[in-house]
Amino acid sequence: MSEIKERAEQSRQKKAAFGPDLNLDDFSRQGGTWDYDPDYRQFSPEERSRLLTAGIELTDEDHAGTFLQADKAIVHCQTRQAGVEVLPITEAASRHDWVPKLLWGLVPVDADKYTASAELDLDNGYFIRALPGAKIEQPVESCLYLRTDRFAQHVHNLVVVEEGARLHIITGCATHPGVVSGLHIGVSEFYVKKGGHLTFTMVHNWGKNVHVRPRTAVMVEEGGTYISNYILLRPVKTVQMYPSVTLNGPGAVARLQSILIAHPGCELDVGGRVILKAPHTRAEIIARTLATGGTSIARGHLVGLEPQIKAHLECRGLILGNGVVYAIPELEGRVAGVDMSHEAAVGKIAAEEVEYLMARGLDEEEAVSTIVRGFLNVKVEGLPPALEQEMEQAIQESGKGL
Amino acid sequence: MLAIDDLWVNIEEKEVLKGLNLTVPVGETHILFGRNGSGKSTLLMTIMGFERYQVKQGRITFRGEDITHLPTFERARLGLGIAFQRPPTIRGVKTADILRVCSRGAIAPEILASAYDFTAFLDREVNYGFSGGELKRSELLQLLAQNPHMVLLDEPESGVDLENLQVVGDIIGKLLQKERRRQHRDKSGLIITHTGFIMDYVNADRAYILGDGRLCCQGNPRELLQDIKNFGYEECAKCRR
Repeated sequence: MSEIKERAEQSRQKKAAFGPDLNLDDFSRQGGTWDYDPDYRQFSPEERSRLLTAGIELTDEDHAGTFLQADKAIVHCQTRQAGVEVLPITEAASRHDWVPKLLWGLVPVDADKYTASAELDLDNGYFIRALPGAKIEQPVESCLYLRTDRFAQHVHNLVVVEEGARLHIITGCATHPGVVSGLHIGVSEFYVKKGGHLTFTMVHNWGKNVHVRPRTAVMVEEGGTYISNYILLRPVKTVQMYPSVTLNGPGAVARLQSILIAHPGCELDVGGRVILKAPHTRAEIIARTLATGGTSIARGHLVGLEPQIKAHLECRGLILGNGVVYAIPELEGRVAGVDMSHEAAVGKIAAEEVEYLMARGLDEEEAVSTIVRGFLNVKVEGLPPALEQEMEQAIQESGKGL
Repeated sequence: MLAIDDLWVNIEEKEVLKGLNLTVPVGETHILFGRNGSGKSTLLMTIMGFERYQVKQGRITFRGEDITHLPTFERARLGLGIAFQRPPTIRGVKTADILRVCSRGAIAPEILASAYDFTAFLDREVNYGFSGGELKRSELLQLLAQNPHMVLLDEPESGVDLENLQVVGDIIGKLLQKERRRQHRDKSGLIITHTGFIMDYVNADRAYILGDGRLCCQGNPRELLQDIKNFGYEECAKCRR
């Protein structure tokens, strides 16, 4: 048995550091069977509109590449532009001998039972690579789709942005309209090489009893940039994630932005950590949480290990109704000369703001929507138009019944 | 335009206005003087219908309609506009957006802003990090966009430097149709001021002193201000009663 397998075996029952503990036996490993679908013909109009709300357009048009995995099955995988490679991870591992060496290079396989399961019983996952110097202007669209109720999906993803390359990935994770419960375990390891630029936009639209355990780590080399946007607008049971980014070379930059809505019954525990290991690195974590009845723990951790780094953490929570927002910002400076700051604010909508807008002619619902829209106004570039509409709808619904 | 009849208002069980009567005819601008805490802002907020100000008795009529219990936004839509003394910040909402809200899309914010040197603020969040003068300009531009029949101004000159005062005064003059002959004015105003500086920019028709929850004295705005300066609020109210 390899050392990695052995460590995974030993962690089969290991609880995660954060989030509610799950019994993996409560979920099924019997996924549905799907044929490869080059034209997306198997998707009903209902499924299409569901996927659209996770930013998935189900078309190869306007995309540099596309990848879709339903339960265990790779349903679609296409590359349309030179300079970008999109493959199922299992295939990439057999095609490139260096790929297996990168797996578990950033995320410890023995972190918890979820990482262990991804190693011991892998379904698949995506491999996306931008070749050296390639500027991939159109986004690569990837979709991890839970199609069978109670299914536990185990994926391992690898993204490599080679030196001087530029890549935007939009990944939509969603459930079939008929799926209410399930588990998604997604291990993701991203390598941004010297001068590379990766924008990773992740949109979740799960069922209301679905549990989600992403395990993400990112390594950014000299002069590289990593921008992460995470958007969760619809009900889910639990999400626990704490992606960790290491800025490993001088001048590397990371920006993590998240927009979350915690609906009634939701338990979100979402963090972000950036380790600034080289001089002149910069990091920014921006989190906006709207709690409309659920609970959201918003963690953020910046670690400054070198002088001349600059990092800022901004965590704002807005509570509508009976929601709970628990913001835990942490700054850890290990040497003199670091420049680190944070701003955290949690509260309800101020009555004076609502009245102010009403004095300008907006009714109460319009005023609340305007304030919520402003609160969630984080610039996310390159969002599909359907997703902007989805965001607007979520905002309108949040303002109702207050 | 506005008629207030025997108005009694409480804030959290405390009586603030006690039987106030006031009439502001169409085309007239009236000035409110009074000590800090005398209830001037309460009067403006009550006219606008904010929840904290509970009307216990009396009636407010605006353009012939009883608005005493109308929600704030309906009063705004009927043509009442207010410039706040200390407006709140609305994070994430741009000043251009709120100007659009005020005019209901009728006026391009860019045109309005360029006329009053406010273009640089259009992309900024509403009132976020604005100086005293910038806050007032923002408030008044919102009123210009709203184009109300009657404006309520709460200390429009407070915290404004001399340079900004000119712009603030010009906008108020425009809102209240200073350039028109009296019989051609159809906008009305009710302005709270401590210093009276703003009276250089408007045609104020009448002034009052608010004390002990009601209007205790009235007269020519400049004369009344001079009396307050010479004798203080107490004496002034007594002698003119």
